[in-house]
Amino acid sequence: MKRIFAYLLPVLALTAVLSAPIPAAAQAGDTQAEPATESPPESASEPAKPSLSALLTRLGDASFDEKAAIVDEIAASGDPQAVPLLRALSGGNLYVRASDGLAAVSKGEEGSETYTSLTGDPVEAEGLEKVRVNNMLRRKVTAAVSRLGLLSPKADVRLTSARAAFLEHDEEMLPLVEEALAKETDSGVKTALQQVRAAIALTSSGVTDDAVVAAIDVIKDRGDEDARNLIKPFTESENAKIKAAAVRAANAINTSLGYWAAAQNAWYGLSLGSVLLLAAVGLAITMGVMGVINMAHGEMVMLGAYTTYVVQDVMHSIAPALDTVSLVVAVPMAFLVAGLAGVAIERSIIRFLYGRPLETLLATWGLSLVLQQTVRTIFGPTNKTVISPSWMSGAFEIGHLTVTYNRLWIIIFSLAVLGLMMALLRYTRFGLQTRAVTQNRRMAAAMGIRTDLVDAMTFGFGSGIAGIAGVALSQLDNVSPNLGQSYIIDSFMVVVFGGVGNLWGTLVGSMTLGIANKFLEPYAGAVLGKIFVLVFIILFIQRRPRGLFALKGRALEG
Amino acid sequence: MTPAVRTALFGGASIWLLGLIAALAVIVPAMNLLMPPDSAFHLSAFAVTLIGKYLCYALLALSVDLIWGYCGILSLCHGAFFGLGGYAMGMYLMREIGDRGVYGNPDLPDFMVFLNWKELPWYWYGFDNFGFAMLMAVVAPGLLALVFGALAFRSRVTGVYFSIITQALTFALMLAFFRNDMGFGGNNGMTDFKDILGFSVQSDGTRCAIFVITAIMLAAGFLVCRAVVHSKLGKILISIRDAESRTRFVGYRVEHYKLFVWVLSACIAGVAGALYVPQVGIINPSEFEPANSIEAVIAVAVGGRGTLVGGIIGGVLVNAVKTFFTGTLPDFWLFALGAMFILVTLFLPKGVIGLFKKTGGIGVKLPGLGKLASGAAKEAKP
Repeated sequence: MKRIFAYLLPVLALTAVLSAPIPAAAQAGDTQAEPATESPPESASEPAKPSLSALLTRLGDASFDEKAAIVDEIAASGDPQAVPLLRALSGGNLYVRASDGLAAVSKGEEGSETYTSLTGDPVEAEGLEKVRVNNMLRRKVTAAVSRLGLLSPKADVRLTSARAAFLEHDEEMLPLVEEALAKETDSGVKTALQQVRAAIALTSSGVTDDAVVAAIDVIKDRGDEDARNLIKPFTESENAKIKAAAVRAANAINTSLGYWAAAQNAWYGLSLGSVLLLAAVGLAITMGVMGVINMAHGEMVMLGAYTTYVVQDVMHSIAPALDTVSLVVAVPMAFLVAGLAGVAIERSIIRFLYGRPLETLLATWGLSLVLQQTVRTIFGPTNKTVISPSWMSGAFEIGHLTVTYNRLWIIIFSLAVLGLMMALLRYTRFGLQTRAVTQNRRMAAAMGIRTDLVDAMTFGFGSGIAGIAGVALSQLDNVSPNLGQSYIIDSFMVVVFGGVGNLWGTLVGSMTLGIANKFLEPYAGAVLGKIFVLVFIILFIQRRPRGLFALKGRALEG
Repeated sequence: MTPAVRTALFGGASIWLLGLIAALAVIVPAMNLLMPPDSAFHLSAFAVTLIGKYLCYALLALSVDLIWGYCGILSLCHGAFFGLGGYAMGMYLMREIGDRGVYGNPDLPDFMVFLNWKELPWYWYGFDNFGFAMLMAVVAPGLLALVFGALAFRSRVTGVYFSIITQALTFALMLAFFRNDMGFGGNNGMTDFKDILGFSVQSDGTRCAIFVITAIMLAAGFLVCRAVVHSKLGKILISIRDAESRTRFVGYRVEHYKLFVWVLSACIAGVAGALYVPQVGIINPSEFEPANSIEAVIAVAVGGRGTLVGGIIGGVLVNAVKTFFTGTLPDFWLFALGAMFILVTLFLPKGVIGLFKKTGGIGVKLPGLGKLASGAAKEAKP
């Protein structure tokens, strides 16, 4: 029983890494436009070898020994398309019809299977006969799958196969690994293969002490959880030399894993921080520069997210080819929508309430309820999906650090937005006027600045930035009428913590809170971590009531 | 303009209000208990608890009015004090269930059995005792307010900053009470109450008794608040509201006065919560939602900030409107509530009371309360 599992494992691992599940490969016709399985003539272009489907057809009435030979032949063909078919064979899902030699793969529950031919067409169950397998054959298949992977012409396939082989480190794979190692030219794959060899050395009997020490050293460099588990038994070894090497290696791995875990937390923290930064930076303008407490700020974010949804929908119906850039189009649109909404709010409500911060707070809270309900009435209460464009999905790895593209883009985006805002406030005429009105309203008016216009524009600007934040958040979070509410308290915390009216403070505040949140989470859990952060801010405000970087805003102190 | 004049002007309305509360306390139970069920004058048990609920909200609004209307502190966490009082009552009612729960465990409430807890946590000790539980309904919110207020007022966190951190406080409490590990029933809170002091919470008699007690507590709360705002202390509170720095420079320890009225207000909110729970039959963490606290504030604004009668009227009015909308036009309630916020702050700064009383009411003659509050801030700046 154990043995079967041991052989199934690499198969499963390969299923995962090759990301070509059996049905997809079987329906190669429409999902995978790979020529190799589409029709026999393709393989026939290599006249020396029989085609894959011809080999499979022969499996039908062959004896187990003949089948083993055929599997060996398939393995030798080096055709990567054979992998899913071999797996179907090993799983007992491969069928052959004796009359016309048609091979088919079954899927679905026993008793209600459906059959598809190699070209992906549905096949009648009539006359199909299961290709019988035994354990010997399964072993052969496993070896063949490993072989196809490790000797694949593609370096990335070889790498994933080598990684899977490391987890399995089966003694019987040693000759194959040696063979692959001898041929290997890519240094990354070579290292991976050496680690496989070392792992096999550690787990098989009859290996010299020196070889074990050398293997431990090779595996140490992997520095991950699997390497630690492999080395762990040797830290109890009776051989002093091996024990010393193993303990040294285990400690080194622990230290490096600790650093990587910290780095991963910091990355998550930066990512959360950049989201907070986006949500809070518009607030920093309206609250910090204008002294307006806008509780409807979160709803400006929500408006931006819904704008993204609408833009995507409209562009999809007009020009489906431009789907990948709809997010780019959504940025200025969201800025406009939220910005215009902001100007309208300022002109109709907030301008009557300047100098009355508590009343502003209540009125804008009421406004947020109205906006939420309006959106809920128009779009319905259910979540809307905004599809990530291809250049934002996926991930890459730096060492043991997984970096997803959407998080990376959002960090870059948030910093760009912050930089743009700072430049705008610093170098443009609009920025100059805004700062003048902030510092001394009457003097600015006396100099000929239309202060009420500046007020409306500044508020619209802050709201527009919130709309842009909504575009980014639509990539991470559900687009729902409550989207804004979940960020508003955190955003206020960031602005209060960083110091009202200072964009640097907002940057430092959001990143600090983001990272603090993520570092507390593993120890305290997500909810408790959040509570700690809130309590910390409440205590922090006691010490520095004006935030980290204090600046004087306009009549904010009520 | 002098405080003495305001006191005199305000006498009449409070007598009317107390009379109204007393009349309710007699008529509502009578209509429920004495009238036959088929009579046109019969009041269902549901209506009794509904009116009782409004009175609880009125008491909560009163406590918000005391702190906001008379001391200028906008609290966005009174819902949390209300909830803490409610949890104290809920814990007593849970202990009263005894072994009649689903699991029949005489020592542990159902949700603890469900979570495989073996022992009663220490903070549940004493809640078998009604007196102790009621003491806690006042002490727990009071203590939280004392610690929080002492920290905040000492470092002179005022105005909007204070409002925002009070909102963070109630948000943090909500997250905490949602946790099962806290030992307060987590997400589901506490419910399925059986009886209170041996009387079934479902029976009409008990409901009416709780109603009468609620009315009495509302009247008592009103009188306490009235005594505070009409004393010398109350005049200092108003001067803090209108010109905090000036009051400090005159020589008053502003933070002590603020702290006193803040803790008092939290205790009143706790009482309101404790009375609320047996009437609605459930307490759960949603009471800590920031929106609940803000609804209490808007009730005060609607009724008329800075007049105790206005607070009570607003508490009843807003919640009655809420019942109406959520019952008949559920989609429209948030529009109505939002519009209420905006219209009241823009066009009705003195609330409903301001419509009827063109003169009178404390501070009404002054040019807008909010402007004064921020006027104090401008003063503070060099």
